[in-house]
Amino acid sequence: MGHYILKRIVMLIPVLIGVSLVSFSLLHMVPGDPAVLLAGEDANPDFIKALRKEYGLDQPLYVQYVQFISHVVRMDFGISIRNREPVIKLLKERFLFTVQLSFLSILIAAFIGLIAGVISSTRQYSIFDNLSMVGALFGISMPIFWFGLLLMLVFSVHLRWFPAGGKGTIVHLILPAIALGAASSAVIARMTRASMLEIIRQDYIRTARANGLREFIVIYKHALKNAMIPVITVFGLEFGYMLGGAVLTETVFSLPGVGRLMVEGIFQRDYPVVQGSMLLVATTFVLVNLLTDIAYAFFDPKIRYE
Amino acid sequence: MPSLIQRYDMNESKELKTSQTADVWRRLKRNRAAIVGGTIVLLFVFIAILAPLISPYPPNEGDLAKRLKPPSQEHLLGTDPLGRDLLSRVIYGARISLQIQVIAVIIALVIGTLLGMVGGYYGGKLDNLIMRVMDILLAFPGIFLAISIIAVLGPGLTNLMLAAGIYSIPQFARIVRGSVLSLKEKEFIEASRAVGENDFNILFRYLLPNSIAPIIIQTTLRMATVLLTASGLSFLGLGVQPPTAEWGAMLSNARAYLITAPHVATVPGLAIMLVVMGFNLFGDGLRDSLDPRLRD
Repeated sequence: MGHYILKRIVMLIPVLIGVSLVSFSLLHMVPGDPAVLLAGEDANPDFIKALRKEYGLDQPLYVQYVQFISHVVRMDFGISIRNREPVIKLLKERFLFTVQLSFLSILIAAFIGLIAGVISSTRQYSIFDNLSMVGALFGISMPIFWFGLLLMLVFSVHLRWFPAGGKGTIVHLILPAIALGAASSAVIARMTRASMLEIIRQDYIRTARANGLREFIVIYKHALKNAMIPVITVFGLEFGYMLGGAVLTETVFSLPGVGRLMVEGIFQRDYPVVQGSMLLVATTFVLVNLLTDIAYAFFDPKIRYE
Repeated sequence: MPSLIQRYDMNESKELKTSQTADVWRRLKRNRAAIVGGTIVLLFVFIAILAPLISPYPPNEGDLAKRLKPPSQEHLLGTDPLGRDLLSRVIYGARISLQIQVIAVIIALVIGTLLGMVGGYYGGKLDNLIMRVMDILLAFPGIFLAISIIAVLGPGLTNLMLAAGIYSIPQFARIVRGSVLSLKEKEFIEASRAVGENDFNILFRYLLPNSIAPIIIQTTLRMATVLLTASGLSFLGLGVQPPTAEWGAMLSNARAYLITAPHVATVPGLAIMLVVMGFNLFGDGLRDSLDPRLRD
């Protein structure tokens, strides 16, 4: 196990270097003087000069990259052009919000997906199975932002059950979390169903039944436990994707998340903010995937010896 | 003059191919999901092509006196905040969506397939390099990758197509690489190498045609993902810019009219969902027909 984890961590290094190279190159692929891009066009010349020196922007590219990395590892992502605050401060608030939102979403998605998947598999081709699989098709085909608008239309405008935007309490997060989690609950339901159907046909399930175990025990203790192994991977992956997809929900419901921060950064040419968001989200996603792989290997020993 | 193996291969594969194609077609016709999906896709393509003929009004001309009108006989789907006919804009939206989907998927298909074939066939350091670059692209979760590419290229239609294309390269590369890896151990590849076929022929005349099934499935399913991503980017203001009629962009300030004119927020999204669903159903149906082993 230790060997496997170590191997996975080593494989992470080139990816993280690549991610840092991508966000580093942002400044150099956009036309214009990188120092001016970092400082903002209306910054005073002394500040631009100071930045040029601080980041070695008059030095060869590899020196600049080393400077960039040495700032990043100290969690220094520069100063936001727009509100002159350290980028890390903005990122921290916004990122925690997105993580919260994604976490609630994955909880909702897992709850709906698992229930629908298990019931569908135990009653294959029944009305419930057909309905939930049609529902899953809608789930993966609906644009997040449109589903968000529809939820708002029905539950905020007409029924007035939930606020249409803003933040503060968990009530504000429920509609955005449902919108964000719809596609994932569909994926989880399909995966759970497929995985359960495969397990139910195994010999040891037949044996369990033949031994006279109650159907409830057979399904929930013996089958579900084994069927969950591939589903765990989906949880991790979907949670990771939510960190990226959250930008759409955040925009619909005007929520202060990291995705929104990055998009605003792109509009306002606030490059330090864009760089910081890119690095933070991609690194988190990679780490979530690492944890998912480790969890998978933990539950399924076959993986470790590949 | 074709070599021995080639002649043998050609005769054999022609017979095999017709029966295989017929087989796939037969299975596809019996697959209800594929029929429904295929019909939606065809309808969408026709609407896109015939847009100027079938749309009742020009998409970008509005009458402010008639803004935000609910559906009526005159305007079947109502009008938008600038008094433009929503039905005409949705019809023209099909055009722009199809254009984005086709170009983005072709970019991904060509580059991804080439990278996957070369990596899978030659292996070693080159393969390692290609796959690490793909890993880096995949380190950006979903639409976030497309947004990051837009951050570098800047917003706009052309860059949107590029971003949606680059965003889909890793999927093609991985699938084709996997297929090539399993094929290259097969006897007919070994045989063609033994008779001295060059790499180009092996790659494009033997490996590529034999990987075509997963490529077709991926192309269809990717059309759905690209539409979701591209309309999302346009919704955020990073893709197609106003006044162009694009479904995602049409929804970008719909929230302001949720109370007064809910049709503005519902119609374009419905179009996106239907088309995405069409491609998803058709793609799933194709998978079942092209590779019956995968059926559950």
